[in-house]
Amino acid sequence: MIERLKSIGRWLDARLQIGETITEVAEHPVPRSSASWWYIFGSATLVVFMLQVVTGICLATVYTPAADRAWDSLIYLNYQQPLGWYLRALHGWGSNFMVALMFIHLIQVFVFGAYKFPRELTWVAGCVLLLCTLGMAFTGQVLRFDQNAYWGLGIGASIAGRTPIIGFKVVDLILGGPIIAGETLSRFFALHVFVIPALLIGFVGLHLFLVLRLGINEYPMPGRIVRRSTYLQQYQELVHADGEPFMPFAAQKDLVFAGLIILALLVVAAVEGPIGPNGQPDPTIIQTVPRPDFFFLWLFSLFALLPPWTETFLMLTGPVAVIGLLFAVPFISGTGEKSWRRRPFSVVIVILAVTMVGTLTWLGTFSPWSPVMDAWSAAPTPVDYVKGRTPLELEGALLVQSKQCRNCHSLGGVGGMRGPALDDTATRLTRDQIVRQIIQGGGNMPAYGKNLTPAEVDAIVAFLATMHPAGEPPARDSARPAVPASE
Amino acid sequence: MTPPPDETGTSPETTTRETTTRRSFLFSLGIAINAIAIALFAIPIVGYVLSPARRFTWLDWIPLGPLTDYPENQTRLAEYVNPFKKAWDGETAKIPCWVRHVAGDQFQVFAINCTHLGCPVRWFAESELFMCPCHGGAFYSDGRHASGPPPRPLYQYKYKVEAGKLWIYAGRLPTLGQPSA
Repeated sequence: MIERLKSIGRWLDARLQIGETITEVAEHPVPRSSASWWYIFGSATLVVFMLQVVTGICLATVYTPAADRAWDSLIYLNYQQPLGWYLRALHGWGSNFMVALMFIHLIQVFVFGAYKFPRELTWVAGCVLLLCTLGMAFTGQVLRFDQNAYWGLGIGASIAGRTPIIGFKVVDLILGGPIIAGETLSRFFALHVFVIPALLIGFVGLHLFLVLRLGINEYPMPGRIVRRSTYLQQYQELVHADGEPFMPFAAQKDLVFAGLIILALLVVAAVEGPIGPNGQPDPTIIQTVPRPDFFFLWLFSLFALLPPWTETFLMLTGPVAVIGLLFAVPFISGTGEKSWRRRPFSVVIVILAVTMVGTLTWLGTFSPWSPVMDAWSAAPTPVDYVKGRTPLELEGALLVQSKQCRNCHSLGGVGGMRGPALDDTATRLTRDQIVRQIIQGGGNMPAYGKNLTPAEVDAIVAFLATMHPAGEPPARDSARPAVPASE
Repeated sequence: MTPPPDETGTSPETTTRETTTRRSFLFSLGIAINAIAIALFAIPIVGYVLSPARRFTWLDWIPLGPLTDYPENQTRLAEYVNPFKKAWDGETAKIPCWVRHVAGDQFQVFAINCTHLGCPVRWFAESELFMCPCHGGAFYSDGRHASGPPPRPLYQYKYKVEAGKLWIYAGRLPTLGQPSA
């Protein structure tokens, strides 16, 4: 039996002439130190990408990339197509897995100095893969054609529209017409299933080819300096003196990790289910709170928190600068130390970037800058704040609700966080200051002078003047005589 | 077989040289033909892909319904169907907008899109503010900026009152590069 298989193999190889290449690739020597658990993320990203191709093709057999049908076909996939929900879950969560693994891989190769001579272009190819993967994540979010997709496109168009002079042409080009509609979705479908995957596959090929040809980066050692004149020879010596064949020595770790990742994806997708779609992409349904997917939340936060006057400039130049810098990394420091122990600046950059993106993402999950649109009608007034209040103060409490103050100001921790919480207003502002703040606004608060009658202002101020925690006296106007203590 | 003198005037000395020249000529010719062919091929491709940006205006007069739909001193949500719709646009062809009837024939018709990044602003009649659910922009009833990151007042459509109806001049997504008005 085995003899029979072997003879079939020989027959095939005599014609395919591929056996030698496969053996060569599988057994190419890698530095013993590189067969590390740190080196498993790139291959895992590739494995998840291959799963994405499989689940993506499956979804494409049902999904309908037409603006009037896309949402219906998603709902069909979720609830009627057998296992459609699971395929959507695998594809959606697979996308999250892929982006996460890719960023871990990016950080790892950066920290390990893997981009240095002679692997500069391996890094550059990786940067293209990074852009493509983020492009897939964004276009994929558009194909999940729901309210978030619709308004997310609006945000993309609004950013593009800020380009000087040709801005509106760029908008037309992105949307495929004057508004977000049928051709917009079709354009993003073409990008998501043809253009970007083709680029991805091509650059994955280049990336892998370079890894094979140039050899995997050796585990960095402090003091082992990369010099253009000596590195190649040193690497050859290292590989031959202290090397092992890639298969199975290093591949076994990749294999184990990739298997675990696939299992994890299967479990997460089964437990969490498909991502969306939320409401149908009907722009006349304006009772919506558009939010981007997890990996773009930090951008969402950034756009809310940047000083407005820097915004257009940073939106247009920021991405170019950041991406340019990323591509330039190997040309800025292509030689020298690889070990993170001798590259404190690089470590600081990673820590800063991760902290910044992490913090912005965390803020994005609850977006304190957004008004809570239904707080005025839905959030109850804490009982303690109405107990023992005079009718005028109660009227004020009512006005704080009905005038929608709570969309931006919280009471008892419920309500918007755009403005300060009102629970202790009286400790910060005197009555006069409260009046002025309400009438004139300022400090990011709209002016309510025209919208409130004097009687309404009186009532609100009477209520807010009671808002100070027990034992904490209200703010006092130093120009006026202190209110005589009642004791 | 005498070789023809080549263009530089020097005649090829050997047969090998001759074939090389002829071959390299054919090769150059091949490249030239392909370069021209691909350039020609690129014209329809580029034209096709860029076609949405070729049309300069995407605006038309659209009726928003009888004036009686919009009581004075009130701001109401209206919707229209985009005049440049395609058969497969579905519900995305419907566009909402805010109509503020100031007095008599005086209106303000605001685009739904926040001037910051295009999210749908919502009108709050009690506080007389438009609030945006995305990055916290707020506008007064007349569209002026009240708070948050928006860089300009709400976009306004051109309007006219004709035959007892309110008409707006609309058809494209307003952005900072091309406010609809």
